[in-house]
Amino acid sequence: MSALDPTLTSAIGPHAQCHVCNLVVGVPEGPTDGLACPRCRTALHRRKPESLSRTWSLLIAAAICYVPANLYPVMEVTTLGVSQADTILSGVIYLAAHGTWPLAVIVFIASVIVPVAKIVALGYLALSVQRASQWRPRDRARLYRIVEQVGRWSMVDVYVVTILVALVHLGSLANVEARVGGFYFGAVVVLTMFAAESFDPRLIWDQLIDDADRDAQKAGGDDDGG
Amino acid sequence: MPLVGCHHCDAVLVEPEVPDGGAAICQRCGGTLFRRQRATVEITLALSTAAAILFVVANAYPFLSFEMQGQTTRTTLSSGVFALWDGGRYVIALLVLGTTVIAPALQIGLMLYVLAPLHFHRPAPFAVEAFRLVERCRPWSMIEVFLIGIFVAVVKLSDMAEIVPGIALWAFGLLIPILAGGTSFLDAELVWREIGDLD
Repeated sequence: MSALDPTLTSAIGPHAQCHVCNLVVGVPEGPTDGLACPRCRTALHRRKPESLSRTWSLLIAAAICYVPANLYPVMEVTTLGVSQADTILSGVIYLAAHGTWPLAVIVFIASVIVPVAKIVALGYLALSVQRASQWRPRDRARLYRIVEQVGRWSMVDVYVVTILVALVHLGSLANVEARVGGFYFGAVVVLTMFAAESFDPRLIWDQLIDDADRDAQKAGGDDDGG
Repeated sequence: MPLVGCHHCDAVLVEPEVPDGGAAICQRCGGTLFRRQRATVEITLALSTAAAILFVVANAYPFLSFEMQGQTTRTTLSSGVFALWDGGRYVIALLVLGTTVIAPALQIGLMLYVLAPLHFHRPAPFAVEAFRLVERCRPWSMIEVFLIGIFVAVVKLSDMAEIVPGIALWAFGLLIPILAGGTSFLDAELVWREIGDLD
């Protein structure tokens, strides 16, 4: 057996890996209720509990919040008595119109593309697991790791509003106030982060392990026959 | 024969020999199994100490000031949170406070709490709980995203008034690579072996 042989998974028998400290622990067959990691005392699970239903509910909630997050203004800017409400998208257009293209592109990707891409990607991953997809597990695993990493960058707009509100409060001369869109936008970011955390990427591989077992059984059966 | 599990795909492997500073990649799914960093306690301790000092500076001083027709306003991290709170945006205020102040503070503070005693080979009380919290806080600590937010805010305000960067802005700029280094030089497996309940 080579040093990096993944087939060891089936060879070592029933086990669970601690979600927190990554220790591999041999556990008896059946539910892992009440078992704790002997190293860091975290509750042990073979897979994240209720992974798919939690991921779906958080994704649906995020998709619902995405609508008001983009329709309602995130802030209202008043200069010399004239008020103007800014949505996420109008903020991006403002940046582009003022000649700061690189920044406009970053904010557009972080605020508009990333939340949608995250919801679609996680929905696809959950669906692919439910349909026992055999398609490119390595790429799906990589997609999950990307989704996990990029979600945080959507917070940029929430911070921009925070900074503007804190800096610009000169009464009737110039004033910036936060509006309700920011709440929904923050909710989208937090809900999709929790959705990514709830999804268990190991589910992608579970179906494939079953296949390997099936092949092994078939090969074993052939050997017996011969 | 020590075993190592891949937390991305649940493959269980015989722990490979990894040179110092290297990383083991899972053969099946391509995820990182672990990074080997034998001097992890010393390096991460040094980086966390630097991060703690910079984080205090970043919080104590204003990062931007805004001048318009003779009037000046300054903002620190916490004054941004207060401004949102005063405007009745309580949830967003708490979200900003959590991701830019509380999570990074816990990450840096607890890292020092766990690692400093380890340097002298005696685990701190509740080190397991503290280190668990460090790992939980990591995704919620968003200082680097906040820095991009500052740049965007500067551009938006630049034709309205004069914007002057404050000392905290430089602290933020230095803090980000140091925090990133702290994460990439951390060999969590070695720390768990030292503080965990197993021998």
